[in-house]
Amino acid sequence: ALLGLALCAVSGAAFLYRDYCVIGAGPAGLQAAYFLQRAGRDYIVFERSHAPGSFFALYPRHRKLISINKQYTGKSNSEFNLRHDWNSLLSHDRRLLFRHYSRDFFPNADTMVRYLEDFASLLKLRVQYNTAIIHVTLEKNEQAWNGHYFLLTDQDRKNYKCSCLLVAAGTWVPNVVNFPGSEYVEGYETVSINPEDFAGQTVLILGRGNSAFETAENILGVTNFIHMVSRSRVRLSWATHYVGDLRAINNGLLDTYQLKSLDGLLEGDLEDLAIVKDKKGKLHITLRFYLENRNVSAGIDSITLPQDELDNFATRAPYDRVIRCLGWKFDFSIYNRSLKMMPGKGNVKKYPQIKPSYESKGTRGLFVLGTASHSVDFRKSAGGFIHGFRYTTRAVHRLLENRHHGVPWPSTVYPITQLTNSIIKRVNEASGLYQMFSVLADIILLRENATAFEYLEEYPIGVLAELEMQTGRKAHSGLFVIIMEYGRNFSGADKDVFYYNRAVGEAQHAWQSNFLHPVIYYYKSLPTEREMRQRPPEWPVPRPAAIHHIVEDFLTDWTAPNAHILPLRRFLENCLGTDLRHFFAESCFLFAFTHQKLPPSCQQGYMRMQGLVGSRELRHHAVQAGLLQDYTPTDSGGDRPPDSHDGSEEQLMTDHGIPVRPLQHLVNAKDE
Amino acid sequence: MPAQKDKWFSPLVFLLFCACSIPRGGSASLQQELSPQHYFSGLEAGKTSLAFFTPGVSPGGQPFLEQIESSAEALQDYGISVVKVNCPKEDVSRYCGKENALRKAFLFRGTRLIREFPTDALFDVNSIVANVLFALLFNEVKYVETLADLENIENVLKGKSNMVFAYVPATGTAEHRAVMEAAFVYGTMHQFVLTTEAALLKATSHDDPDVSSAWLSFFHCQQATAPAQPCRRTALAQPLTLLNIHRHLKLMGAPLVTEVAEDPEKISTVHLQLGLPLVFILSHQETYEADRRTAEFVAWQLLGKAGVALLSRDLVDLNVLHRSNIALKTPEEGMPIQYLVLEDTDEVITLVEDRNKVKQIQEDEQEEEEEDEDEKENNNQDIQDDQVVEAVARDKKRELPLEQIRVLTEENFHSSLSEAAQTVVLFYASWEAVSLAVLRSYCEVPAHLKGTSGVLLSRVNCWDWPGLCSQENVTQFPSMRIYKEGQQSVTYDGMWAAEELSSFILLSQVSCPLKLATMDEAEGYLRGEFPSELSSQHHPSLLGVFSTATSEAREAFEEAGNILSGHVRMGMYFEDDALALSQKYSVSPPALLLARSGGRSVEGITLSKHSVQDMVQRIRYELLDIFPEITVPNLPQYLQLGKPFLILFSAGDISQVESKEMLKLAKRRSQQAFVACWLNLEKTPVGHGILRMYFSTTPSLPVLLWVNLHAGGQVFKFPSEQSITEVNILLWLEKLQAGLEIPSSTLSEEDWKPPLPAYDFLQMMEPPGAELSPRPGDTAAQRPPQSPAGDTARGDPASREEPARESTAQDVGSLGRDLRGTAPRLAARDKQGKRHSEL
Repeated sequence: ALLGLALCAVSGAAFLYRDYCVIGAGPAGLQAAYFLQRAGRDYIVFERSHAPGSFFALYPRHRKLISINKQYTGKSNSEFNLRHDWNSLLSHDRRLLFRHYSRDFFPNADTMVRYLEDFASLLKLRVQYNTAIIHVTLEKNEQAWNGHYFLLTDQDRKNYKCSCLLVAAGTWVPNVVNFPGSEYVEGYETVSINPEDFAGQTVLILGRGNSAFETAENILGVTNFIHMVSRSRVRLSWATHYVGDLRAINNGLLDTYQLKSLDGLLEGDLEDLAIVKDKKGKLHITLRFYLENRNVSAGIDSITLPQDELDNFATRAPYDRVIRCLGWKFDFSIYNRSLKMMPGKGNVKKYPQIKPSYESKGTRGLFVLGTASHSVDFRKSAGGFIHGFRYTTRAVHRLLENRHHGVPWPSTVYPITQLTNSIIKRVNEASGLYQMFSVLADIILLRENATAFEYLEEYPIGVLAELEMQTGRKAHSGLFVIIMEYGRNFSGADKDVFYYNRAVGEAQHAWQSNFLHPVIYYYKSLPTEREMRQRPPEWPVPRPAAIHHIVEDFLTDWTAPNAHILPLRRFLENCLGTDLRHFFAESCFLFAFTHQKLPPSCQQGYMRMQGLVGSRELRHHAVQAGLLQDYTPTDSGGDRPPDSHDGSEEQLMTDHGIPVRPLQHLVNAKDE
Repeated sequence: MPAQKDKWFSPLVFLLFCACSIPRGGSASLQQELSPQHYFSGLEAGKTSLAFFTPGVSPGGQPFLEQIESSAEALQDYGISVVKVNCPKEDVSRYCGKENALRKAFLFRGTRLIREFPTDALFDVNSIVANVLFALLFNEVKYVETLADLENIENVLKGKSNMVFAYVPATGTAEHRAVMEAAFVYGTMHQFVLTTEAALLKATSHDDPDVSSAWLSFFHCQQATAPAQPCRRTALAQPLTLLNIHRHLKLMGAPLVTEVAEDPEKISTVHLQLGLPLVFILSHQETYEADRRTAEFVAWQLLGKAGVALLSRDLVDLNVLHRSNIALKTPEEGMPIQYLVLEDTDEVITLVEDRNKVKQIQEDEQEEEEEDEDEKENNNQDIQDDQVVEAVARDKKRELPLEQIRVLTEENFHSSLSEAAQTVVLFYASWEAVSLAVLRSYCEVPAHLKGTSGVLLSRVNCWDWPGLCSQENVTQFPSMRIYKEGQQSVTYDGMWAAEELSSFILLSQVSCPLKLATMDEAEGYLRGEFPSELSSQHHPSLLGVFSTATSEAREAFEEAGNILSGHVRMGMYFEDDALALSQKYSVSPPALLLARSGGRSVEGITLSKHSVQDMVQRIRYELLDIFPEITVPNLPQYLQLGKPFLILFSAGDISQVESKEMLKLAKRRSQQAFVACWLNLEKTPVGHGILRMYFSTTPSLPVLLWVNLHAGGQVFKFPSEQSITEVNILLWLEKLQAGLEIPSSTLSEEDWKPPLPAYDFLQMMEPPGAELSPRPGDTAAQRPPQSPAGDTARGDPASREEPARESTAQDVGSLGRDLRGTAPRLAARDKQGKRHSEL
């Protein structure tokens, strides 16, 4: 570990130099360290605590993670199973799967801490604990990778110098609202988690996120009642399809509110709020508006309460406690102004501003990883959560490998006959595409004459226009972009996601699919930056030359030959202008003698001595389907299989179109 | 499907209807607009008119008025005028004054009011015409309700006149109108009887009639003599239209049997004019009475289907067989008359009925074909046209005999590899068609390997174990590898057939090349004495001979052996006496000794190039036959030579003579320029397909062809009158080269385009006209060309099928917004624009 160490004496201060510095040994920092380590890079991780995952050592306060840990899926496919394992980090070590750590569907946060400790130690990741970076600044240097070095200072005034800075510090600074009386408010960070402390109390909770509901859930049974206030309506994750919204596991209070069991939910702007404490220590809600021209010191009695004017004011009952559960924000304080670490705008102001490549908008060479990078897909995809950012972190690593080490984005070259297969394989098992839907995409770069293609996995589509520069791969002859998407108008806080006919069953209506399904975009050339900027709203990428939706599937199993693979093949064929059907060797033999050109599957298979001869039964089936001609003289019935008398009947049944109508309703079984 | 048809059908009818009625309605001249006084004063005795009264100001747009207007022309044909009477405002007379009179139409004959119709009985032209005629023909058309009524009428008519009995499910229908219109014409000739009683129809019919459709029958009561006997009946087999009724009545009116004494070619009867065949019963004077009875019998059977004529052969000079007793004349022009010899009357009837059936089927088929073609344009996209995928899909229910093939997983993969000397692994994906097709061939391998030990057959499903497959660097499926302890695995690169797979596995058991230690072993090898694992294979054997000095060539040969492993039987000898061995075959090392057909002939080849690539190529080339039989598995090897084919298609084995001549030709120096080969159609039946493509029919065999497979694609056929000899062929080839021969066929130059179009989802998502044009700048205020998904769908036919879904989504959307408004508010005033920090 010390090999890469370099001591630089700059203006008297000693610097420890590393190519890569990672701030934070949480899930994202460790995930980044894993990839750097595997690539043999010079790196170090700084962690302020004595162990990894310090956020999880404290939070969530009530210790139940809301990320699922599915033990069984009925499949052994490890990639597929990661779709339903939201806690594991990516590694080659099969011991480091979260299901080996917990059997709970929603595991305990302590298990996460233990898991992260194991992840760091088993993989021998280079983490420097007890090192809180308190200041980051830049040092201009033309030789540096990015035109500058990052200078880091820790709590002991020790300095570190790096070429590339990966910020995986998470969002841990509690969001605080200031209003008159906010001093009476307790924070989520410190509030008691012992329900007995709330017995017989009336509680007001500020916020409507998972932490607020988790807090309410814990004390629901012992309080007089709980009211929750937030600016906008509650967003249920099963309606918004966003895992960061209120999860069903925490939503007990919705039940008691809607069943009029005294608990309640209100909407209102917290900045309008004011809290006044009466002599008995009860907290009254009033509005800042009433306080503006008052002398607060005049005492409670002189202050107007809303119920004085509006005697059915909703929160006229006094509260015993007010708890703030407003989430966290990124710690901007340690970055020197020269780094231009700016908060985002609007609802992403808790996150630093970054590009879709996860690089800071202000500083080249500074990448934000993990939860802090969620501005890219806030309220859309899973980039703020372990099961999402483990993939975006890998994407960032791949971008860096190409940028600094000349290692192009990993890709596999296949003959064109494998095109349909390679897409079907990925959409059925890939976890990165599935979790980071609409953010990470698989890219297929076509080679000249469309005889071969190159497959790139999980590229951030936000920087699609920069693909050649970012990956070191060339897109001369057109490309396909494979993304998973929900229906464009399906998700939302106020959407009914259970309406009748919500699921599409027929391939020809696939574009109206609502649930997560694969979408393939075809471009004749790489979209430009301008096209990316001007893409239609709600579209992850610009308008393509052609588009294909694979119809949503109840089992998320897109391997049905007629409903899934056939329409995909037709789409690909029409984009490429070729015939991608498979042929038995006998057909290729006939074509070789009767056509000057051969279909790709004959060219790349049969002509290379790898023809598909097919068993006798298969050829017989193909003949029956009318897709292969039988040239053997008909009078020699001897070589017919014994069941041939069933043949005609079978043919009658199958020849009249494949779909059997009476079963049609089952296709849409999801509706009922 | 039926629902869809209806959908198509009703707008079609509607369109047709509009198309017919609009111009009629437009000719307002038929319909007079009069004042009440004017109208009543102008009524002539005996003239019928249908009047309706409207207030002075025409309300216009009343649907019934429109219908009446459009029926004016139809009623005109029956001498009924349609009159619109404008009531002055102050008029309080009988017709104008009452409010409800305005919602009725009145039928007058002269000044006498015959009927008044509520307008709901006059909903369309059919109902107007039907009801008006029904009222007028009160005497001509008897309405009956019971069987007794019907039988009464029938009895009265017996011996006097015929009866037409019609059943319509309801009055005012198109069928009702057709019956009434027919009654208007034939009412004086036949007694018309009408009913709407389903029970009556059932009572008069032997089998269960369909009471939902109209029905008409002709009762032959005029000829009925016995009072107890019911009249004979002839039902109308076609749908009830005016034309069909007319045709039916015409046929019923025609004489039962026409007696003719003329050449049948010149005869024409009402049947032929109406498109029905005419059957001639050829009669002889001596059998006239019997023939006449036969003719009458047949005529009754064929009534309405064909005409029957009795032709006296004695009066007409017919140039036909004397035995012929029946002639059939069909209405199609130019069709010759068929003269037949039939045994009994049934045959006559079947003859006619079958003919009609055939005609009917043909018509139906034509219609169906048209429909099919329509459907083909749209719906074939979702029909599988990939022969491999479809074949596998049809075979999916068959259980494969996989018990001798071990399933490997991530857990047991590595431990299994060490169990046997040789582990064969098929990597495949259980959802992929080619994989499954190969798996079916792979299942047959154990049978081929029976008695072989030390080989473990196994499979890995990459859909279950993607990690294992990528770890083994398997990127494509299917892929077969052979793993041997301590050696690199060998990937199979041959044809996916059980025989080839088995042969590869067997040959791979022994190292390639096999190192031979002594001269005896080497010579034995050339004679065909192999280790037992290799003996069952019928490949030629190859022995590389190297002197100790030629280590470079030897290493290349060993490397080539690795590449060709499993496909070629290779040995290697590099002892001190290698020179002696090679000199026996008049070559010097490095050299190849090639032993064909069990060592009966050994060929010595000096190796001049020593790179691995050259060596592999050379070996492959040397292993090719001089005059091979082309088969499906071996064709690619010969195609790789890139030369034209001189190929002899033979029905079975080729004759010795031809074989000898061709071999002579192939061995000539010029054989470098083409591949001389032959094809056994019995073994390779697909050859018939090739010949059919070249000549459209299979030519007489054997046939010798020159096929320019690589340049131009011309196919030349060796003249069949010449015998296949070396000299003849050479002469012919010279002429070919000189361009003196005309190709019999040319290979298609067509590209392999997509067989069918794909769904155009882009167009569905953004209907034309909503194109996204690049706009200057990009502001946040940019609006989508249309709101996404749900709204876009409105213009699209596909979405129309799901109206429920769309409306639900929208309703819910608006409902949601409303709910938000009713939620309890904390603050009385709404603050807009300013937002506090993230909640």
